[in-house]
Amino acid sequence: MREIYLDNNATTKVDEVVFEEMRPYFCELYGNPSSMHYFGGQVQKKVDEARQRVADLIGAHPEEIIFTACGTESDNAAIRSALEVFPNKRHVITTRVEHPAVLTLCRGLSKHGYRVTELNVDSAGRLDMDELRSAIDDNTAIVSIMYANNETGVIFPIEEVGRLVKEKGALFHTDAVQAVGKIPLNMAESTIDMLSLSGHKLHAPKGVGILYVRKGVPFRPLLVGGHQEKSRRAGTENTASIIALGKACELAGQHMGDENTRVRAMRDRLENELLRLIPAARINGGGADRLPNTVSIAFEFVEGELILLYLSELGICASSGSACTSGSLEPSHVLRAMGVPFTCAHGSIRFSLSRFTTDEEIDTVIRELPAIIRRGREMSPFGRELLAK
Amino acid sequence: MWDYTDKVKEHFLNPRNVGEIENADAVGEVGSLACGDALKLFIKLDDTKERIVDAKFQTFGCGSAIASSSALTEMIKGKTLDEALGVTNKEIADFLGGLPEEKMHCSVMGQEALEVAIAKYRGGPVPTHDHGHEHEQEGEIVCKCFGLTDGFLKKVISQNRLHTAEQVTHFTKAGGACGGCIPKIKELIAEVLGEQQKQESKKPERLTNLRKMQLIQEVLENEVRPLLWADGGDLELIDIAGNAVQIAFRKACAGCASSGYTSRFVEQKLRELVADDITVEEVQG
Repeated sequence: MREIYLDNNATTKVDEVVFEEMRPYFCELYGNPSSMHYFGGQVQKKVDEARQRVADLIGAHPEEIIFTACGTESDNAAIRSALEVFPNKRHVITTRVEHPAVLTLCRGLSKHGYRVTELNVDSAGRLDMDELRSAIDDNTAIVSIMYANNETGVIFPIEEVGRLVKEKGALFHTDAVQAVGKIPLNMAESTIDMLSLSGHKLHAPKGVGILYVRKGVPFRPLLVGGHQEKSRRAGTENTASIIALGKACELAGQHMGDENTRVRAMRDRLENELLRLIPAARINGGGADRLPNTVSIAFEFVEGELILLYLSELGICASSGSACTSGSLEPSHVLRAMGVPFTCAHGSIRFSLSRFTTDEEIDTVIRELPAIIRRGREMSPFGRELLAK
Repeated sequence: MWDYTDKVKEHFLNPRNVGEIENADAVGEVGSLACGDALKLFIKLDDTKERIVDAKFQTFGCGSAIASSSALTEMIKGKTLDEALGVTNKEIADFLGGLPEEKMHCSVMGQEALEVAIAKYRGGPVPTHDHGHEHEQEGEIVCKCFGLTDGFLKKVISQNRLHTAEQVTHFTKAGGACGGCIPKIKELIAEVLGEQQKQESKKPERLTNLRKMQLIQEVLENEVRPLLWADGGDLELIDIAGNAVQIAFRKACAGCASSGYTSRFVEQKLRELVADDITVEEVQG
């Protein structure tokens, strides 16, 4: 059984071209870029090239790119740096729908003397800008708001947020892990001070990410030690993965058009056909501007984990906003923040496509899913009235 | 991904006994859409109204909830109502070759639905841990999010020998939403553990009559009545004459169709913890 992988917001396949690019840097070109000999020096050149490629994808300067181990590290480094830079500012703003990398950190800060504002979203997942306007003040050290949501794909008006934040003199960080490579970003014309990116979401390996820090923005490192990354992130470079990330960013730039045309069309077709074929279904965040590859669809009266298990039997890989998949007992914090009713939240499924997704794969999902939902509803004590209609 | 056993997979891929029974003798419903899982159990009895001849279910829930429901219906067919009441959540999980700890609450839901169905059939009040539904609640609500009482939680803690609040969450959901009741859950665990330890150090070799009477009273207070409270019942000690103990049932237990069963349970408990030759008799009083 060949997998139909529609869980690209969780992680992606390493592009084979990317893998070939990194392959020599394990057993052959294993030198340390900091070394003074030619052997390490040639690796340094490739790391520099990777830095340039990452910078090019997001319209930044290479010296603004700090390589890290993952998106979570980048998020932590950005927020903790801002708090060190402004020791007298004790207020942090984020949103209720952030990734746990930001949300858990911020909730922890609130136990250590910081005031944390979590902005609300509306039923389509859109940010409440008025709430931001009234929350931000001179005491705000940093505003950290994701570029696009991992569960629904809803894109926030990041530049509008950035302009507000600048007026108040706070720093602005965005977790752009889901956005980079899917929609064009240009730091040269942006209000973003710091931005997180993760390699494994754009066909590079796991274990590498970056933090973009705009030139002139004060920064304090999370990891101290050696002088790597201009002393902004100590620790020997993960050279092979950094080189891979560079290549992945180059490819992402080349495929951006495809992502926004062919991939978007497949996503739209999947969404429209499922809504047409399955009663009592709705799109979470359907009314908002969304990433081209993501759809979160809620099916009433059937539980998400069961849907995933039945899909999995057919080789179809998706994810769910259901409580049961995570071992927690409450459905996704994102869907709850949007006020998605419990009847829907437990039965929400996310499909996230990539440039490797094919039309045939989408056909298979459209063919198989209606029967799975029907079967789940037939078993459910609540779904039967619906089926009787 | 959950590490489900092949048996669990088999039961959620091909669940047995899905559906409803028209003119079912007993129906038990637990859970709700908001909770994320719900089970409606239908039971058909034989002509003597003692033995289960058919059981079906409708379940809204995850793979292990479907599998637990399927297992439960298979297990209770052919059993008498009293035998079926003896099925524990652990036996449901064992039938499936085990469940991930985070999913044990699915097996508890099966056991609950069965208790509710039988209690409703017998005409007594419905057990108190019927979360999500509006029934008479007895005992103190500990977990407000899922509507779970101290009696129910203590029963699950004791039957499954749980010793952390996290385990209690996995088995019952209590504490899994707002987390506000976790300190109280820890207290309940300490209480149950204390009782278990006491129990293990009990049953001295030779008893004076006075000591025996004290022990009988203690066992009834600490071991028996809390369990009855959990189901909305109670008992009172009327007299002790040698080895003959007289009790009267109160609240839900009074006039309950299965009070004979409960008397035997009390007798068994006293024989286990006090002396082998104790007899228990139910009296009106």
